[in-house]
Amino acid sequence: MVTLVPAGPDPAGPDSTASGPTGPGGGSARGRRPGTGRLAALLVSPTLLVLGLVVLYPIISAVRLAFYQRNDGIDPETGLLVQGDRFVGIDNFTDMFTGENADRFLNALTNTTTFTVVAVSIEVVVGVLMALVMHRAFRGRALVRAAILVPWAVPTAIAGLLWRWVFQADGVANDLLPGAPVLWTTDGVQAWFAVVIADTWKTAPFIGLLVLAGLQVISAEIYEAARLDGAGPWRTFFSITLPLVKPTLLVAVLFRTLDTLRMFDLPYTLIGPGKEATDTVTVLAFEEAVKFGKYGPASAYAVVLFVYVALVAFAFVRLLGADVFGTKGRRSR
Amino acid sequence: MILSRRFVLVTATAAALALGASACGSDSGSPAPPQPAALEGVGPISLVTGKDTSGNLQNQVDEWNSAHPDQKVTVIELPEDADAQRQQMVQNAQTRSDAYGVLNLDVVWTAEFAANQWVVPLPEADFPLDKLLPATVETGKYFKRLYAVPITSDGGLLYYRKDLLDAAGLKAPTTWSQLAEACAKVLPTAAGVSCYAGQFEKYEGLTVNFSEAVNSAGGSVVGEDGKPTLDTDAARKGLQFLVDGVKSGLIPQKARTFKEEEGRRAFQAGELLFHRQWPYQYAKASATDGSSAVAGKFAVAPLPGLDGPGASSLGGHNYAVSAFTKNKKTAVDFIKYSASEEQQRKNLEKTSQAPTWSALYDEADLVTKFPYLTQLKKSIEGATKRPGVVKYQEVSRAIQEAAYGAMSGDTPVDDALKSLQGKLEALTK
Repeated sequence: MVTLVPAGPDPAGPDSTASGPTGPGGGSARGRRPGTGRLAALLVSPTLLVLGLVVLYPIISAVRLAFYQRNDGIDPETGLLVQGDRFVGIDNFTDMFTGENADRFLNALTNTTTFTVVAVSIEVVVGVLMALVMHRAFRGRALVRAAILVPWAVPTAIAGLLWRWVFQADGVANDLLPGAPVLWTTDGVQAWFAVVIADTWKTAPFIGLLVLAGLQVISAEIYEAARLDGAGPWRTFFSITLPLVKPTLLVAVLFRTLDTLRMFDLPYTLIGPGKEATDTVTVLAFEEAVKFGKYGPASAYAVVLFVYVALVAFAFVRLLGADVFGTKGRRSR
Repeated sequence: MILSRRFVLVTATAAALALGASACGSDSGSPAPPQPAALEGVGPISLVTGKDTSGNLQNQVDEWNSAHPDQKVTVIELPEDADAQRQQMVQNAQTRSDAYGVLNLDVVWTAEFAANQWVVPLPEADFPLDKLLPATVETGKYFKRLYAVPITSDGGLLYYRKDLLDAAGLKAPTTWSQLAEACAKVLPTAAGVSCYAGQFEKYEGLTVNFSEAVNSAGGSVVGEDGKPTLDTDAARKGLQFLVDGVKSGLIPQKARTFKEEEGRRAFQAGELLFHRQWPYQYAKASATDGSSAVAGKFAVAPLPGLDGPGASSLGGHNYAVSAFTKNKKTAVDFIKYSASEEQQRKNLEKTSQAPTWSALYDEADLVTKFPYLTQLKKSIEGATKRPGVVKYQEVSRAIQEAAYGAMSGDTPVDDALKSLQGKLEALTK
């Protein structure tokens, strides 16, 4: 739904220092020749056009759809449907919160939120541990790195099916666990856990990968200095590694959060649609649109989710200072 | 290009005039009734179908193509998953594309496709409908008009372990209480075998199994007039059978995760005494290559019911003509060809898919080859069609919601049916 669009090169750009090594070199543009701005706009326009087509247009059209509903009267003689759409104002939105679908929607919104909070928290811990392991120099490191990254490379829908096998009534999970078999793929809290477990397996490597990149730029001298000062491994981790890797980690967490808010494949393939414990807002929107042909309410779901995701992203950038665009450069801390 | 532009102009004008005329004619804004005749246009068409797992479809099409070189049929294969097939056909219809010609529709999609005018009404006289099983022909009709012609059928059968029942001196049960008694007698001596399973995961299969339970108790999901009839004693008894089954252990807990394939694996592994399943399981469970532990040890019977034999839900596929294809006459001719006795026999022999041609079920050599045919005919003849409503997908989801909640013990049977009745009333309004 939401796409983070890096702000295109600003036509009046030379004042805003770009990131990277070329950053401070904008001085020459101070006394630029007339027409440069127009040329820049011209050069950028194809990009803007494409972005408008693939980002702006779908968003506007989805928002428009959210205010319509399909006519569904049936001709009593022939049984044919009345064609066309009708404008219903904000009905689709009020239905969501007070209508007959309110329970389903609010439940889906709760699932979406709990999945995000819990799964991303676990993924951060596991992901950082993975990064620390991958960062160590030891024999077979390449193998471990590759092994950790495999889940990330598996398409999510396939992963959902794989885990369905693991979690089926006489599957591996129940063989390993003591006691009566757990019916993972039925409705209930166990289904919710199954999704969290599969999601963690699938995406902790992503956080691991990004954090690994962050770890690799921390200079060894700092660790050396810490060791000389007598810091133990815990102290080193919390006072040096974590603060220095924090900017990367925040971006990773932001990406994962936005991703998990739109979670669809795993609940859909692993548990199946229509289950109270695992239906997310996207599953609901998909069912409404594709299965029931009700594009209006489906768009309304999508729009609400879009706003929700946008708010979360905004909060991340503002409150936690996630440096998504890399525009801050290297501020000394 | 010029020609086609003029054509577009003419059509647009005609459409505008027609729209204006109909707007004048009726204030309700209902569309004009479809014209059943006038299926014209001869030329190449496409046959849109789910993945052809049988391998015989191409033979059929090749035979047609060599006889009609100027009206070639191209097969467009959609995914194996029914939802995905429906989705692609719907999208194609919504864009009014002429890429799809003959549509291979699941029996439950007829109402939706007909009401949306995505498929055209067919001239009944053109097809040998009296030779087909009447129950299957009903699935192709909507508001008394024929929109689709049945090509294959499907009915539920009770698979049972003949060896175990024989050893206990029992016959196949015809009622639910006989089924329970048989289990009580056999199971203590058969370790690792459960009593009964069907398709109880929350998906279309549950709608099928729930409808069967209600029908087998003498009730119905939707009455003759298209209105739901679930607030009845019979419906309660039907759902109660499933709910009590889970509660008492007659239906094993894990059966609540069964779709067709999970159930088939369990039956083939010898874990089930009774299994409600489609005919396709017969060949797989009879396999002697070691994949089935029950080969030669099972038989089939009609589904049991409350006081006597039950009623199956009707499955199967019908061919319909897309409203947007140009060559509608060829499409009709091809459907006629596919529904013919000769093609249906070949299809049965090659793929063991249930035909809709009534006489084929009684041919001696076919019955020897497919021993389940006799029972299957009984099953299909007594089968009830699933609700033929436009919003079938929503109806089905509501049914799944109610049945699943009741079977997991979350909602009492009465409450589940009462709220389902209310929901279906709103959906079939």
